[in-house]
Amino acid sequence: MSSPTSTPGRRKRNRDDIPATPKSTAKGSDDGLVSPPSQRRRGQDSSNGDLRAMPTSPATDIASPAVHDTSLFSSPRLNVFSVLPSEVDMSSPLMYGTPSSRVEGTPRSGVGGTPARQRPDLGSIRKAPQVDLHSDADGAVASEQALGQKLVIWGTDVNVGTCKEKFQRFLQRFIDPTSNEDENAGLDLNEPLYMQKLEEISVVGEPVLNVNCSHVQSFDADLYRQLISYPQEVIPTFDMAVNELFFERFPDSILEHQIQVRPYNALKTRNMRSLNPEDIDQMITISGMVIRTSQLIPEMQEAFFQCQVCAFSTCVEVDRGRIAEPAVCRNCNTTHSLALIHNRSAFSDKQMIKVQESPDDMPAGQTPHTTIVYAHNDLVDKVQPGDRINITENGPIVVTKLLNSPTGIYRAVPMRENPRQSNVKSVYKTHIDVIHFRKTDEKRLHGLDEDSDQKLFTEERVQILKELASKPDVYDRLSSALAPSIYEHEDIKKGILLQLFGGTRKDFSQTGRGNFRAEVNILLCGDPGTSKSQLLQYVFNLVPRGQYTSGKGSSAVGLTAYVMKDPETKQLVLQTGALVLSDNGICCIDEFDKMSDSTRSVLHEVMEQQTLSIAKAGIICQLNARTSVLAAANPVESQWNPKKTTIENIQLPHTLLSRFDLIFLMLDPQDEAYDRRLAHHLVALYYQSEEQIEEEFLDMAVLKDYIAYARTYINPRLNEEASQALIEAYVDMRKIGSGRGMVSAYPRQLESLIRLAEAHAKVRFSDKVETIDVEEAKRLHREALKQSATDPRTGFVDISIITTGMSATARKRKEEVAQALKKMIQSKGKTPAMKYQQLFDDLRGQSEAAITKDMFEEALRALADEDYLTVTGKTVRLL
Amino acid sequence: MPSSHDWINKPLGVVEAMFAQSNSNPEWEAKVLEYFKGQLREKESHSWVPSLNDVPLHYLKPNSLVKFRCLVQDMFDPEFYMGVYETVDPSTKANVLRCGKYKDVTECGVDLNSRNTVTAERQTFYCVPIPGESPWAKESYGCSSQARVVPSTSYVPSRQKRSYEEDDDDMDTQPQKQREPHTEPHGNGDSKRQETEAPSSQTTAPSDCSSHLDLNFPLPGERGPACLVKVYEGLDSFKLNDTLEIYGILSVNPVLTVLGEEKDPSLLLLNPTESMETPEEQRAHDPPASLVPRLHMLYARPLQHNNPLLPSAPTEDQSAFVSSFLVEMASVRAELLAYLTHVLLGDGLAAEYLLLHLISNVYTRRDVLPLGKFTLNLSGCPLNSYTERLYQIVQQLVPCSYRLSMSLHTMNSMRLVPKKDYVANRLVSGALQLARNTSLFLDETQLEQGQLDSSGVRNITALGNLISWQKVDYDFSYHQMEFPCNINVLVTSEGRSLLPSDCQVPLQPQVTPPNMEEYLTTIHMAQFTSQINKFRVYLSLARTLDYSISDEVTKAVEDDFVDMRKDDPQSVTAEDLHRMLVVARLLSLSLGQTTLSRDGWMRAKHIDMLRRSRTEQQKSLNGNEP
Repeated sequence: MSSPTSTPGRRKRNRDDIPATPKSTAKGSDDGLVSPPSQRRRGQDSSNGDLRAMPTSPATDIASPAVHDTSLFSSPRLNVFSVLPSEVDMSSPLMYGTPSSRVEGTPRSGVGGTPARQRPDLGSIRKAPQVDLHSDADGAVASEQALGQKLVIWGTDVNVGTCKEKFQRFLQRFIDPTSNEDENAGLDLNEPLYMQKLEEISVVGEPVLNVNCSHVQSFDADLYRQLISYPQEVIPTFDMAVNELFFERFPDSILEHQIQVRPYNALKTRNMRSLNPEDIDQMITISGMVIRTSQLIPEMQEAFFQCQVCAFSTCVEVDRGRIAEPAVCRNCNTTHSLALIHNRSAFSDKQMIKVQESPDDMPAGQTPHTTIVYAHNDLVDKVQPGDRINITENGPIVVTKLLNSPTGIYRAVPMRENPRQSNVKSVYKTHIDVIHFRKTDEKRLHGLDEDSDQKLFTEERVQILKELASKPDVYDRLSSALAPSIYEHEDIKKGILLQLFGGTRKDFSQTGRGNFRAEVNILLCGDPGTSKSQLLQYVFNLVPRGQYTSGKGSSAVGLTAYVMKDPETKQLVLQTGALVLSDNGICCIDEFDKMSDSTRSVLHEVMEQQTLSIAKAGIICQLNARTSVLAAANPVESQWNPKKTTIENIQLPHTLLSRFDLIFLMLDPQDEAYDRRLAHHLVALYYQSEEQIEEEFLDMAVLKDYIAYARTYINPRLNEEASQALIEAYVDMRKIGSGRGMVSAYPRQLESLIRLAEAHAKVRFSDKVETIDVEEAKRLHREALKQSATDPRTGFVDISIITTGMSATARKRKEEVAQALKKMIQSKGKTPAMKYQQLFDDLRGQSEAAITKDMFEEALRALADEDYLTVTGKTVRLL
Repeated sequence: MPSSHDWINKPLGVVEAMFAQSNSNPEWEAKVLEYFKGQLREKESHSWVPSLNDVPLHYLKPNSLVKFRCLVQDMFDPEFYMGVYETVDPSTKANVLRCGKYKDVTECGVDLNSRNTVTAERQTFYCVPIPGESPWAKESYGCSSQARVVPSTSYVPSRQKRSYEEDDDDMDTQPQKQREPHTEPHGNGDSKRQETEAPSSQTTAPSDCSSHLDLNFPLPGERGPACLVKVYEGLDSFKLNDTLEIYGILSVNPVLTVLGEEKDPSLLLLNPTESMETPEEQRAHDPPASLVPRLHMLYARPLQHNNPLLPSAPTEDQSAFVSSFLVEMASVRAELLAYLTHVLLGDGLAAEYLLLHLISNVYTRRDVLPLGKFTLNLSGCPLNSYTERLYQIVQQLVPCSYRLSMSLHTMNSMRLVPKKDYVANRLVSGALQLARNTSLFLDETQLEQGQLDSSGVRNITALGNLISWQKVDYDFSYHQMEFPCNINVLVTSEGRSLLPSDCQVPLQPQVTPPNMEEYLTTIHMAQFTSQINKFRVYLSLARTLDYSISDEVTKAVEDDFVDMRKDDPQSVTAEDLHRMLVVARLLSLSLGQTTLSRDGWMRAKHIDMLRRSRTEQQKSLNGNEP
């Protein structure tokens, strides 16, 4: 025991579970009879001589500690530490050994029949705390104090038996009637939750049990604390407990391997930035974004050696990344005759994943941190780089090694005498072994708002927000808090505010229509220098998932997604562009008019269907792009021409324009009172101190939280009066134009109205959309319409300018020209072909109104559509 | 000067003594910091500390206290290290507690399983010398240093201008001179040995190593040491692109390198899972210590400005200095204006604007709007290297500057925006990663017709963003991250610049010297160094003054604006008011006035009017051209 050579031997033994070599058997009995000096760690001096330290002996099989513990020491004094420092225990009595050892180790036949599976996520390369055999020579007195006390795993306060019992009780009794997790869908909330899950396992056959840590905490806080603090010891205990319970209940079920417990949602959720040395070997949950994944690494678990001389074979378990190659064949005693047989060795999957802090969690002005994460077995390839992007994972941080060489201390220990190796770099490398991934994306595929579990508000914060919401003028307050440096434009700010809140998400997939767009799209157009860009910048900075692009600088590819060859893996990787990245956020597009047509065409799908279809380089997929678009466009003639319609001023295809809920004009009002207020505003901007500003306006952080809260928790629905009001509003809008043969509203406009009304209800934190919401939506919509859809020729609001790109009067004139042309051609009699130019000249000569070439061509096209004629080059043929 | 400076020469001794006294009471860490801070607070004591900026690395003693004036270029992930560990003496079996703080490497015989090991956290910053530091500033810093390790003060700055051959020549002659003063104070063989090695490493280091090891300087052609700074305290208080003067313990332990190289081939095969880092990452994060020394930070002082002529710390000294200089302010301004007028070929208005531009500063931000920026576009610049000369003169006046020649080739090929390299896990720097108040001189006269490719467009967009919002969006490939900056941008162009600017001044030369070069050189020569120094102080100081507007003047300004709008609503917009307010502010500050007076406002209005009439004149002139 006191010889240093015993250390490897003992460690090996605990892996094997059964004393394999005579040497370690002797040691085991030593343990029983003589108190090992190494148990002297904490120097207690109680000298009651209980020398039967057997429950702690790692050599005992898994079941036995529980039995002994509970029978001998039934007093529940769990908090009494008795430290039994055999180097063995590091996780190991619980660590599943090889399948063969398991069969004997488990008493129940059901468990025994199912092979256990190693859990590299718990102890893959963990450094075993070695006991220093020199320092505790005085330890003979030591271990006696154990009498009458609970036996626990060394270094922890975990008692295997109690822990197992507690967890089984938890599984059998835990009921969460308030559960609203989608995972638990279909389960009876009034029955024990996890028993139902076990039943599910027996049916489905997927031997993984996900356990929500907050459930454990609410059931047994002490158990939870142990789980968090000693995951390497506790989780295997949980595994044991689950398997016993499972096979007791379903003795006949056949699983691929034994059930593994995967705890998640440890409340000790950490921002990557706040990880610190105390978190080492603890269970934590962090969130971040995957930036790189390695290829699959087959990690050897068990090496298979065969003697080249006598073909005797032996297995060696990999110990912390190293294989102790047997030097001598035990059968024929030949030295160095054993060769590794690769394809008979056991491997497990492993993958290195680099996770970067998500941009939202970062303090300004610093670079994001990255962490290395190892995924094992079936967690491999669960996440992809650039995957969007919030993944939570739990796992103990494990300090693997010192930095001096890849094999770290393992190499340094035997070479201690070598002076070159004697001083090592004093830096550790850390990584996280994943126990459970939780992709936020997955949930979002179900259409739920994923902010719910990320953004947690404290009670006080919620109180502040609610207080603010209860104020009658909250709408005005918020809109004036928006971009305070930009003066006036109240309605535009209000529109943007409603955009920030968005409508309620509705799912009509059952009826075949799919998702309804809940996002509000806004277009700002107007004179240059009216701080449009500034508004965009502000919004971009305000929302957590904003993207800012300029139409000039972005290509269709940059907006959507592109396929790239990963330099490392040589695989094709889909890289997402601005629109996909701003899923659930706002995509601000400046210089919208400067965008090329092909780029703009991408927006059609995004702005109504909220998806993005990609068929590139063999990758065909549809990505979610539930983004609101806030675009700014300059007029074609640099100055807004009031004599022209919006379409003519910005030259955007009307198909795209009709997808904007609100189109605002930002024009210079030019009146004195306005100027004065503006001047005051600007001067104040330049000399007011920060405090004064803060008094006047809402804090940006409050605004952010307010929006986040409303987006997450408020899902307003239309009430009866509001629906009536909407119907009326729609009918009214239709009526306005119908008198003159114009239609001033389409169903799309009705949808816009609904969205705006819902957003306004959200602003009030109201769960019902009421008439006032509809009123405001109507007002805003009309305001925007008045500005953008007024036919400059008639002065009336005409929605067809936006929906068809032409006002009703213009369309009428087009028809007239076409008819005149047709008449003229008919009057010419039976000429199968005519010269283009001549026809044009004839028409011009005939018509009293000036006819431009454009109009002529349009008329020709209209006739061609009627199948009356065709135009080929410079000749026009009748059909 | 005290005779011995153990705290400079052997700071680790001090640290260890304090650690030994502490009996693992964690307060010792604070005490250490307090001690060093106290030492540095003493008058002039900071000038005794040798600076990595001035002294070549091989003249510095390892594990001594050095200072480094730098920019935080990148921040690496935090790392866990052995804060306290135990060693076992193999012969006596005695255990000794040791402190691992401020060190890269542990002592012999670490007991890896000791329970007394304390794991602690620290972070590494990758720091580079302040980009674009003007030669005069470097020189002046070098001169003010009283550190005795410095072999000769004239030596270091002159390196900037010398070619390699000259350097080699110097090496033959100079070591003799240097050796006596250098080795004497230490009196130990160690430093002597280093000294003798010096010439060889000198010749190889810059030429060879830079080729295979990219030191990641923001600006091309920069030289100087980059440094990995280990930060122990106050991690949150540091930001990317901060300019700091760091006092720390130099560590150039060759073990750092040897171990790194040893890693590669066989061991990786043995255990592929251990290769958590790519070779690129290793190269970026563990470069050879001889090239990128490690600095264990004891104390860091954020630099408010990088002007060696001004007192650095905001102490009583400084306020006295400021108030004494304020008296002179007006006269210095007049002289500087005259000087600039000469430089700008007799154009007084342009000179006035240039002066205002040089003292501009983003003093605050209102939501996204940076206030106080004043980007100047000098249009109508004569061609033929006039702009180059102009830059040289600007460079003489400001501590940090960079001239970006906007030729088509540079715009297409140069990296302006820093980009995260996920393979090497570092932020690859770009030319726009600059310290605050750096003068960026964009020379648009170099631009010719041709096609910008996509990276060129990105670069132009980045410049536009920089000018309009004073921010740079760093490229993190999956997302962009915005870093606010504070850079004075001066655009010289022939016609109106294609980039946005706050204010455009067409240059109207009053004189047309036959030989431009000669003309400018003579102007430059005519100034005495003392005079130039005054200008330098003036420019740095005017920028730091406080400023306010009284209610009364506010009212007047408002009225004025309304009147102007009434007269001509088309031509006076909110943007004009923005600009005039900035001009008024800068104009007052340039005169040393800290409040806006009515007079100041009128003057601002006046010069703005002059400028506008000039641009309009220019416009109509161009319009009449066939």
